[in-house]
Amino acid sequence: MVRLEPRLVPSRAVGYLAPIIAIALAFAAGMALFAALGRPPLEAMQLIFLEPLRSLRGISEILVKATPLILIAIGLGVGFRAGVWNIGAEGQFTVGALMGGSLALAVYPVTGWWLLPLMALLGIAGGMLWAAIPAFLRTRCNTNEILVSLLLSYVAVLLLSTLTHGPLRDPDGLNFPESRLFQTALPVIIPGTRAHVGFLVALAAVALAWLLLEHQLLGFKLKVLGQAPRAARFAGFAEPRLVWFSLLLSGGCAGLAGLLEAAGPVGQLVPALPAGYGFAAIVVAFLGRLEPLGILVAGLLLALISIGGEMAQIAMSLPSASIATFQGMFLFFMLAADVFVNYRPRWQPRRDSAPLARSAAAAAE
Amino acid sequence: MDLLSNILISVMIAATPLVLAATGELVAERAGVLNLGVEGMMVTGALAAFAALMATGKIAWALTAAVVAGTGMATLFAVLALSLRANQVAAGLALTMFGLGLSALAGQGYSGQSAGAFPRLHLAGLSDLPLLGKLLFAQDGLIYLSLALLAATSWLMERTRLGLILRAIGDNHDAAHAIGHPVLAYRYGATLFGGAMAGLGGAYLSLVETPLWAERMTAGRGWIALALVVFAAWRPWRVLAGAYLFGAVTILGLHSQAFGIKIDAQLLSMLPYLVTIAVLVIISRDKMRMKLTAPACLGKPFHAAA
Repeated sequence: MVRLEPRLVPSRAVGYLAPIIAIALAFAAGMALFAALGRPPLEAMQLIFLEPLRSLRGISEILVKATPLILIAIGLGVGFRAGVWNIGAEGQFTVGALMGGSLALAVYPVTGWWLLPLMALLGIAGGMLWAAIPAFLRTRCNTNEILVSLLLSYVAVLLLSTLTHGPLRDPDGLNFPESRLFQTALPVIIPGTRAHVGFLVALAAVALAWLLLEHQLLGFKLKVLGQAPRAARFAGFAEPRLVWFSLLLSGGCAGLAGLLEAAGPVGQLVPALPAGYGFAAIVVAFLGRLEPLGILVAGLLLALISIGGEMAQIAMSLPSASIATFQGMFLFFMLAADVFVNYRPRWQPRRDSAPLARSAAAAAE
Repeated sequence: MDLLSNILISVMIAATPLVLAATGELVAERAGVLNLGVEGMMVTGALAAFAALMATGKIAWALTAAVVAGTGMATLFAVLALSLRANQVAAGLALTMFGLGLSALAGQGYSGQSAGAFPRLHLAGLSDLPLLGKLLFAQDGLIYLSLALLAATSWLMERTRLGLILRAIGDNHDAAHAIGHPVLAYRYGATLFGGAMAGLGGAYLSLVETPLWAERMTAGRGWIALALVVFAAWRPWRVLAGAYLFGAVTILGLHSQAFGIKIDAQLLSMLPYLVTIAVLVIISRDKMRMKLTAPACLGKPFHAAA
């Protein structure tokens, strides 16, 4: 029988290996999935993992997809380290896009160099506002932030849908539930593609988060709160402030990501804007082991898979849900592989002794 | 009077999937396992039930399939969170994502089909009683099943030795281990029971409430069920009160237009989520009471060595 034995020191080697093992397992499971769907598995995998890298268009689309994933996951990762479970990034993303986008629609058709920065600020504010609700309720009313932040996502998505069906609908349009196109767009970084400055913003966020977590006392406090809440209390770290910080940071990142998505590749407000980025970012955060650099790599990888998945969808008429299934499996394998960072599997012949007898023997020694 | 009785019936129908899923999750949480994958287990159960009904035409098979699907999903979670000691919050989220994805994938062929009306109980004489007859004696069998399962769970958790052991494990797994109870085995059992109940809750959605299959048709009900467990302070009978209150809010929202209240329908569909949050806040406000009612080892991994 295999038993798990705690390691004295977490294994660094396994720490680096775990994501690779998870990817390999997800790869194998993905092949099985596609085979079960009656598609040639190797060909599907090749389409998903290699095809997007073969063209400039593919690579630039990966950057577009990776931007919100990385930005949101960076914020979430900081909170997850502190044991603050903001799983409502989808809602904060939506409200950020809504608030930032509303500004453009409000001043339409006026435009200027100031418009995009102001929209970005409002996007951050919108995400923070939506995250402030679970922060307030957890610190003041002791309410579980997991449930509140998630339930608020549903509210936010419905709110976006209501507003794009009503007040924000394009007055010159054909009654489709969508706003008019923004009068301004994010600057493109690779000419001829959709890759926009948002990706640079995401890179900056990675760098800032790395500085915060590795070189600031605040980063250390967050880590202690997550790993040893009692120690954090004894050390006098103010828990409510750390909770507020984690939620506002992750909310602000998600809000900014939402605005960048609306003002970048989409160019308007549509009900389908959120598209699951807030949830996929949770996978990214874990796959990146909650480390900024890891999140950067994981975000690019997940973006590659979704772009490749889209290509496979078209080429092999694969159902769109197969990529969501794949992401879920990815997270499963990552969590499973992660266990071996702190535990070592040990083969042990089965013994019949009851736990009672064993602890008695231990006490006698 | 007919309108009132119709409204009450729709309240019961809206509440039943929540009663089922929350009862199962309550048992798991009482044993110290926080499974955030309820949404994923429910949606898989919904699809499994619908597919089995389409294939066999038998309700018994549909329910069996839902239970098997829910239990299977819960097994994935249990292996990850109990045997491998992964973080329970993350493992639950993974289960929800996986369940939503897998059911959408496997259910493609079924979208748009209808299961047809679910048979209702008819007791000669009783069901034809004026006023209460239809309400009490002419519902679909699953509503009675949900109430029976809730009653059985309540009795089991609060009146039997098994319940006592489960609660002991949820409150102090080290002590329970020390007196010889196999903590992991009990937790596996509780988690799988939670999965089976969530599967049944999903089956109710796709067989009775909206007799069809649609991607993501649970629309957050798994999360609301999780909130109901907190609302119920981990006591089975309060789950019933919470679920019916919740059902009432949903249905009143839907019917408010009939009463002449003019609010946008989409705004009204936010109501259930907002009410759930409000109720959570009211219940959790007293920090001391929460500490006393919540299972002390909720969400903590157990390893025998410590």
